[in-house]
Amino acid sequence: MSFISYLINGISLGSVYAIIALGYTMVYGIAKMLNFAHGDVIMIGAYVVMASITRAGLPPFAAILVSIVFCTVLGVVIETVAYRPLLNAASSLAVLITAIGVSYLLQNIALLIFGANTISFASVVSVPALVLAGGALTITGETIVTIICCIVIMTALMVFIKKSKAGQAMLAVSEDKGAAQLMGINVNGTIALTFAIGSALAAVAGVLLCSAYPTLTPYTGAMPGIKAFVAAVFGGIGSIPGALIGGILLGVIEIFGKAYISSQMADAIVFGVLIVILLVKPAGILGKNIQEKV
Amino acid sequence: MKKLNKTTKSNLITYGMVIVLFVLMQALVSAGQISSLLQGLLVPLCAYIILAVSLNLTVGILGELSLGHAGFMCVGAFTSAFFSKCMAEAIPVSGVRYFLAILIGAACAGICGILIGIPVLRLKGDYLAIVTLAFGEIIKNIVNILFIGRDEAGFHFSTKDTLSLGLSADGEVIVNGPQGITGTPKDSTFAIGVVLILITLFIVLNLIHSRSGRAIMAIRDNRIAAESIGINITKYKLMAFSVSASLAGVAGVIYAHNLATLTAQPKNFGYNMSIMILVFVVLGGIGNIRGSVIAAIVLTLLPELLRGLSDYRMLIYAVVLIVMMLFNWSPKAIAWREQYASKFKRNKKEAA
Repeated sequence: MSFISYLINGISLGSVYAIIALGYTMVYGIAKMLNFAHGDVIMIGAYVVMASITRAGLPPFAAILVSIVFCTVLGVVIETVAYRPLLNAASSLAVLITAIGVSYLLQNIALLIFGANTISFASVVSVPALVLAGGALTITGETIVTIICCIVIMTALMVFIKKSKAGQAMLAVSEDKGAAQLMGINVNGTIALTFAIGSALAAVAGVLLCSAYPTLTPYTGAMPGIKAFVAAVFGGIGSIPGALIGGILLGVIEIFGKAYISSQMADAIVFGVLIVILLVKPAGILGKNIQEKV
Repeated sequence: MKKLNKTTKSNLITYGMVIVLFVLMQALVSAGQISSLLQGLLVPLCAYIILAVSLNLTVGILGELSLGHAGFMCVGAFTSAFFSKCMAEAIPVSGVRYFLAILIGAACAGICGILIGIPVLRLKGDYLAIVTLAFGEIIKNIVNILFIGRDEAGFHFSTKDTLSLGLSADGEVIVNGPQGITGTPKDSTFAIGVVLILITLFIVLNLIHSRSGRAIMAIRDNRIAAESIGINITKYKLMAFSVSASLAGVAGVIYAHNLATLTAQPKNFGYNMSIMILVFVVLGGIGNIRGSVIAAIVLTLLPELLRGLSDYRMLIYAVVLIVMMLFNWSPKAIAWREQYASKFKRNKKEAA
C-alpha cells in the first residue's frame, strides 16, 4: 500500500513540476531563452497569496486570482523591460545573465518586504482527504486538487494552442520569427502573451507547491524552478506534452528515490536519471533531434 | 630592443595589472587602510578570479555553456583538504604540503573533467548546460553523504554515518558527511593566491595562443568546418574542458585551505556559485581573459563596498547587473553608443 501512496505523492509533486515546466518550455520554444527567473515568479506568487489572505483578509479563491493577475503583469513587465531589448543580442548568453539578474532582484525584493524568516503557508485547499482501502491509503485534498489542476491546465493549453488564433501565432513564432512577422503576426505581442501565460501558471504552481509543502522563504522557488527546468529538458524542451511527461516522471523518481534509496541522495538520483536520458536521447523524450546541416 | 607583438603586449598588460593590484593591496593592507572584512575577502577573491578565468576557457574559447563549474571546484577543495589533513603530521613543512595539495586538487578535478566531459561534450547548447549543472549538483550531493575515517588499520569508508565506519578507539573521522572536513591547515595566503592567478593566466593565455587554442576556437566558430579540415573535435573539446576543470580544482584548493571547516553547501558549491562565476565571465566579456579578472574583482568587492546600504546591497547588485547587461548587449544600446562615439570623434576633429 505504501508503494501506491508514494506513487500518488510522486504524481502530485510531478504535476506541480509539470505546471512550472510548461512555463519554461513555452518561453524556450518561442524566445529560445532559459528564463532563470521563472522559479522566483513562483515564489512571488505564493507570497502574494499569503499576503492577500493574512494581511488583506481576502478569501482564498480571491487571493489566488489576485496572485495570478499579479504574476501575469509581473511576467509581462519583466519580459518588456529586461528581456525584449536583448532577444536579438549577439550572444544568447546575454539574456541568460539578465534572467539571473532578474532572479536575484525578485529574491531580494521578497527578502526586503517579507524578511528572511520561513513563513508557514496555510493551505488554501479545502477539499477533504480521500480515505481508501479501509484507512490504509489516504490521499490528501492537496494531492487531488494538484492532479486535477494539472490535467485541466494541460488540456486547456493544448486546446488553446491548437484551436485559437493566438495559439497558432505562438506556434508560428516559435517556428520562424521572421516568416511569422511577414505573415502579419505581432511577434513581440505573441512573446509577451507567452510570458503572461507562463507567469500565470507559475502563480498557480506556487500556490499548489506551498499548499503541499507549507513553508515559504524568498528562496523557495529556486530549487523547484531548476527541477522543473530539468523536467522540461527531460520531456524535450519546447514540447508541451513533453513537459507533462517529464514533470510526472521527475516527481515520481524523486519521491521513490527519497522513499526507497536515500533521502539525501534524491536530488542526485533525479539529476543522474536526467544525464542518462540525455545521453540516450540527446533532445529529451519527445524532443525532435534536428540534424545540423552545412 | 625587439618590438613586442600585439599578443605578447596584451598578455604582459594582463600580468602587469594583476601584479600592480597585488602590490597596491599589500601596501594598503600594511598601511592599515583595509577593513578586516575586506582582508578576509582577499583569498576567496583569488579563488574567484581563477574560477572566472578557467570558466572563460570553457564558455568563451570553447563556446560551450557550463553551469557546473562549482562542482569541479568542490572536487579540488575536498580532495586537497583530505590530503592536507591526512598529511598534516607526515609533511610538517606547509609549503611542500600545500604544493602537493594543489597538484592533487588539480589532478582530481582534471580527471573528473575528463570523465564528465566524455559523455557531456556530445551534447549541445542548453542541453550541455543543464547536464553540467546536474553533474555539479551530484558531486555536491555525493560529498555530503561521504564519511571517511582513519585508524591504524587504514582508511574506512561509509555513506551512512560516522558509527558505521567501525573505527578503533584512537581512529579519527576525516570527512564527516554534511559536517565536512574540519581542521584543514590554513595554508592559503593572498601572496600564494596571486602567484596561482599568474600561473593560471599563463596557462590559459598560452593555451589560447597555441596551435591547440586556435583549433579550439575553430571548433567554437564552426564545428563542421573545423571537422572537415581534420581537427579532432573530441580531443580539443576535452582538452579545453579538462584544463578548465583542473584550474577550477586549483581554485578549490585555495578556497579550502582558507577555511577552518569545509562543508559543501548550496551557497559555496551549488549551482548558485557556478552561476555567479558565469556572471563574472559574461560581464567581463566572453572570451576576454583580462575582462574576467576585472569583473571578478569588481563584482566580488561591489557587495562589500555597498555594505553601508545593508539590506539594499543585493538589490542594487541585481539592478546593476541587469542594467549593465542591457547597456552592453542590447542592439539598440550598442547602436546608440556607436552614434554617440562617432559624434564625439567628429567634435574632436572639428575642434582640432
